[in-house]
Amino acid sequence: MQFISYLINGLGLGSVYAIIALGYTMVYGIAKMLNFAHGDVIMIGAYIAFFAIMNFGLPLIPAVLLAILACTVLGVVIERLAYKPLRQAPSLAVLITAIGVSYFLQNGAQLLWSSSTKVFPAVLPSGSLQIGDLSVSWLTLITIIVCVLVMAVLTLFISRTKTGRAMRACSEDKGAATLMGINVNFIISVTFAIGSGLAAIASVLLCSTYPSVYPTLGSMPGIKAFTAAVFGGIGSIPGAFLGGLLLGIIEILAKAYISTQLSDAIVFAVLIIVLLIKPTGLLGRKLSEKV
Amino acid sequence: MIEAIKGISFEVRDGEIVTLIGANGAGKTTTMHAISGLVKPAAGSITLDGTELTKIPSHRIVEMGLAQVPEGRRVFAQQTVAENLTLGAYARKDKDGIEKDMEEVYRLFPRLKERRLQMAGTLSGGEQQMLAMGRALMAKPSIVLMDEPSMGLSPLLVSEIFNIIQEINSKGTTVLLVEQNAKRALAIANRAYVLETGRITLSGTGSELAADERVRKAYLGG
Repeated sequence: MQFISYLINGLGLGSVYAIIALGYTMVYGIAKMLNFAHGDVIMIGAYIAFFAIMNFGLPLIPAVLLAILACTVLGVVIERLAYKPLRQAPSLAVLITAIGVSYFLQNGAQLLWSSSTKVFPAVLPSGSLQIGDLSVSWLTLITIIVCVLVMAVLTLFISRTKTGRAMRACSEDKGAATLMGINVNFIISVTFAIGSGLAAIASVLLCSTYPSVYPTLGSMPGIKAFTAAVFGGIGSIPGAFLGGLLLGIIEILAKAYISTQLSDAIVFAVLIIVLLIKPTGLLGRKLSEKV
Repeated sequence: MIEAIKGISFEVRDGEIVTLIGANGAGKTTTMHAISGLVKPAAGSITLDGTELTKIPSHRIVEMGLAQVPEGRRVFAQQTVAENLTLGAYARKDKDGIEKDMEEVYRLFPRLKERRLQMAGTLSGGEQQMLAMGRALMAKPSIVLMDEPSMGLSPLLVSEIFNIIQEINSKGTTVLLVEQNAKRALAIANRAYVLETGRITLSGTGSELAADERVRKAYLGG
């Protein structure tokens, strides 16, 4: 029973990683860049949700919607101002810019809201569901359900809609996509908007589990989710889902059975082993160039 | 900035097949990319029915009625044949017209219909070429640019592709054709231009150039 309960907790944590990892993997798949400021968008989302609830007294759903809206706008603005001018620049320049944006957001948050930790309100139902000997917290259950919903909606969007098809076309060949009449810049904006909106959802789930809001709160989940994206195969949406869930499970099991202090080291060790065996990640595939 | 083409000037009239022939590196693909907007020229003017194309964002040019079959086909390998064709009509809004044109493309290329649910990356080279042509037709263009459509295909398929180009043209679509297979291209072209290291050195009707001594020596193998 204990093991199953760890497994479910792992799925819960992994669901948060998966939602964040989607942002990394979609942006990488389409803009071919690593957006290291993605974790800090989570942090901004957490602050927005915090103020919406505590200062404006908004109920949960409107607060989450506000956070989603703010993060979506933030993501699009970051892309326009910081990354779009570097479209033709070497990828190293874009990478360093992303790290710069990350520091900018962290320091901006510190300046605006101070570095002291704020306690995120308990807005999601507390308590747990008892099934026989097994006890699963509502929070974990809600997190897993939200993650599955996000995955389902996103998969339908990508596979069935006109914009989804255009996104897939851009991820394969931007030049050919342009010849079809697809506005590649618009598609990149949409990608950043979706990824950042998902970051806002993740921020509320994350802060409900670990209720502290501070300027660097996005760093560690950001790195973990990035690891999850690479683990599953960066650029692949099912890969981000699978990578996130597995990473969460490994982390919780390592904490439970091996060592709390070493759990992060174990997570990264597993990543290294997977990449040694399959360099493209679990579901990533090497695109063969056909000439 | 490298100048791949300089000071070239040519025209394609309504309903024609015009071919641009030349060796590797002569600037044929650069010319095509400049017209379809994938590269913006440093200077000069490209007009379609009087509209200046160099000032229009690249993704809007297909809306003007100009589609391209790019060199190397560049089909979307991880999407199905049907999805590729649908993407060809991305800029269009007339749902009924799109469906009708899809049927027309399937009539022109029955093999695409058989494989419509297959990933484009699993098609043979010839089928991918047909898909790239069908995809361009889905934009309902008044002019199609075709960049090396016969490249890498078996002689039998080359004949099929050239027949289809003529059929597309006979239905009223203007064709600008870039080819290394000069013999075939000149045989179906109304007019032709020879491009050498970024400049146009000769022009005339297809049959005039096919008979020209210099063209015969350089491009037709004697």
